[in-house]
Amino acid sequence: MSRVKTLQALFKRYRRPGDIVFAWLMLAVSVFLLLQIADQTTWRNGGKLFAQPRFWPAVALTGMTLFAALHLLGSALSERIEGRWQEVWLWIGSLEYAGWFIVYALAVPYSGYLPATVFFAVALGLRAGYRRVWTLLAAAFAAVVIVVLFKSLLKVNLPSGLIYDILPDGIRQFMLVYF
Amino acid sequence: MENLLAGLEMLARWDVLVALIIGSIGGVIIGAIPGVGPAVAIAILLPATFGLDPIVGLTMLLGIYGSSMYGGAIPAVLINTPGTAVNALTSYDGYPMTQKGEAHRAVSLAYSASFWGGIFGILCLILLSPVLALIAPMFGSREIFLAATLGIILVILAHRGQIFAAGFLAMFGIFLQTVGLDAVTYTQRYTFEFSFLSSGINLIVVVLGLFALSQAFFLLTGPDSSPDAKPVSGRMSAGLKELLGHKRVATVAAGFGVILGMIPGTGEFTAQFMSYTYAQKTSKHPERFGKGSPEGLIASEAANNAVPAAAMIPLLALGIPGEALTAMMLSVFYVHNVIPGPQLFQNNIDLVYGLYFALIALNIIVMIFLLFSTNLLTKIIRVPTRFLGVMILLLSFVGVYSLRNSLTDCMISAGFGVLGLILKRLNLPIVPIILGMVLGGIMEVKLRSALPRLKTPLDMIDRPISFILFAIILIVLALHVRTLIKEWRAHQPAEDHDMHDSQLR
Repeated sequence: MSRVKTLQALFKRYRRPGDIVFAWLMLAVSVFLLLQIADQTTWRNGGKLFAQPRFWPAVALTGMTLFAALHLLGSALSERIEGRWQEVWLWIGSLEYAGWFIVYALAVPYSGYLPATVFFAVALGLRAGYRRVWTLLAAAFAAVVIVVLFKSLLKVNLPSGLIYDILPDGIRQFMLVYF
Repeated sequence: MENLLAGLEMLARWDVLVALIIGSIGGVIIGAIPGVGPAVAIAILLPATFGLDPIVGLTMLLGIYGSSMYGGAIPAVLINTPGTAVNALTSYDGYPMTQKGEAHRAVSLAYSASFWGGIFGILCLILLSPVLALIAPMFGSREIFLAATLGIILVILAHRGQIFAAGFLAMFGIFLQTVGLDAVTYTQRYTFEFSFLSSGINLIVVVLGLFALSQAFFLLTGPDSSPDAKPVSGRMSAGLKELLGHKRVATVAAGFGVILGMIPGTGEFTAQFMSYTYAQKTSKHPERFGKGSPEGLIASEAANNAVPAAAMIPLLALGIPGEALTAMMLSVFYVHNVIPGPQLFQNNIDLVYGLYFALIALNIIVMIFLLFSTNLLTKIIRVPTRFLGVMILLLSFVGVYSLRNSLTDCMISAGFGVLGLILKRLNLPIVPIILGMVLGGIMEVKLRSALPRLKTPLDMIDRPISFILFAIILIVLALHVRTLIKEWRAHQPAEDHDMHDSQLR
């Protein structure tokens, strides 16, 4: 293809494997939500149509359903691209990292921001495939920098760890405030 | 004049200057690292800025927004990988120049063109201010409703070839903002009796999930790589002299950036494309485009750097963000009870001028920084991608959790992170969701407040500006239908299975 672009070529569609699976998911979610509209929203008798609490969810969900159906149609009429289920498996695989994130968020109020961040930086580094000591040390150092920047300097609203309660008096206060 | 001085005074504070320097230099570094980008950085820093003064928080975020494209040009030129998505066209001519042994010339030209575009954009913003102050008060509820509707339509139509997906995602964004307790009737909407949904779905939680966490998941699930950029030698200021020989191209390109930056939903990418096409059509050597033409490089960099200042126009004057980054900044305004829109020019004009001066200062800081630190940045580019993924995941936690110390927010954000990853893998746009949420909220509120004055639907367009906006909506839709018919008649072969050019190189 020429390196010189036409507007059409620049914006042309370029599908990827798994497009049709996502198209089906889009449609299923839209139809499910649209079917719930009577239960999940209210219609006020005597009120103007545009002021009804149901109006905007109805507009959005009708639009979602319509566009999802058209997207699915376009996807179904296009040639199949190999690697669909491999791609879907990668999406499912990403849930593992979502899990890491939630466990990290769960751990901070108990183990403290600094220890949890250093631990997760190193653990995630190992999970990502890094084995060199220097790389893992760099991850731990970066974690300390993040904590100092956000908690100690910018005083961002993050909880102090319950674990700090077992520390001796002088250090406890310091850790509670800065780390 | 008084307001100008007040704006300058606002900037002459140590905390504002520190924020500006951190934002500008941080933005260049973030922009230079492929895989991070300004959206991720702004999303993470957003909650951290809530505790700061509005001008301090905004200058820091503006610094990142305005400077990231400078940094993004470095990997685009040196390793053919744009640092930010909007530097894509820079690599078309920048990388061939590097291959020809002209890396120094390409990088310094990219900086100079960026500076030209950036300053041109701000000057336009300053010159337009009196006009904006005059026009903005003419925008009532119905005009803002129509402008937001136009924004949604443009966002969908701007994603040509992906219109159905973009339409779905924009509508999904509109739906998301309706979830929770309706503010007027106090009735529940799509809460499924979950108490945490009663307060609605927080925009920042969604932004952090879709931009930051999704990028972490994207990098962590992909293969590890470490881009290798060779150091550049020579004086970086040399490009300024060469740029002066291409003043026309740089100015017209920056003009495209300003015009398209003002229109919601179009932004840097379209501006770059149009200026690149213009530069090629008017060049004495059109055959050199794509093979290392300095004019092509100038056109693309001047255009994308003129956009940030122009994108502030609809945001400040009407409270309507044109793309994801200004949508994020809108939340900073709201948190500080500064409501962008017609009243801002009347009540907080000093803040507006303060932001203008901040934009000028950031361009100067970045230019000076880049003249001395390009080789340092080529080292930073080498950070392995999965390592970056780990860091983005840890930083995302700060953004989400610091908002209201809620584990539920973290879970919702992680869910949007997975959705964002799927969209990125499928090459579908994320921006329509964010703009759908923001513009959908504006549309609902403004339509409701306009209703008492409307007796018939035609009253909606009985004022000059609302009529013009309505006419523009009709013209945009008609032009789109016309293009579709023309394309259909031209019987263009279906190309939807091709990989995009930018993915092949």
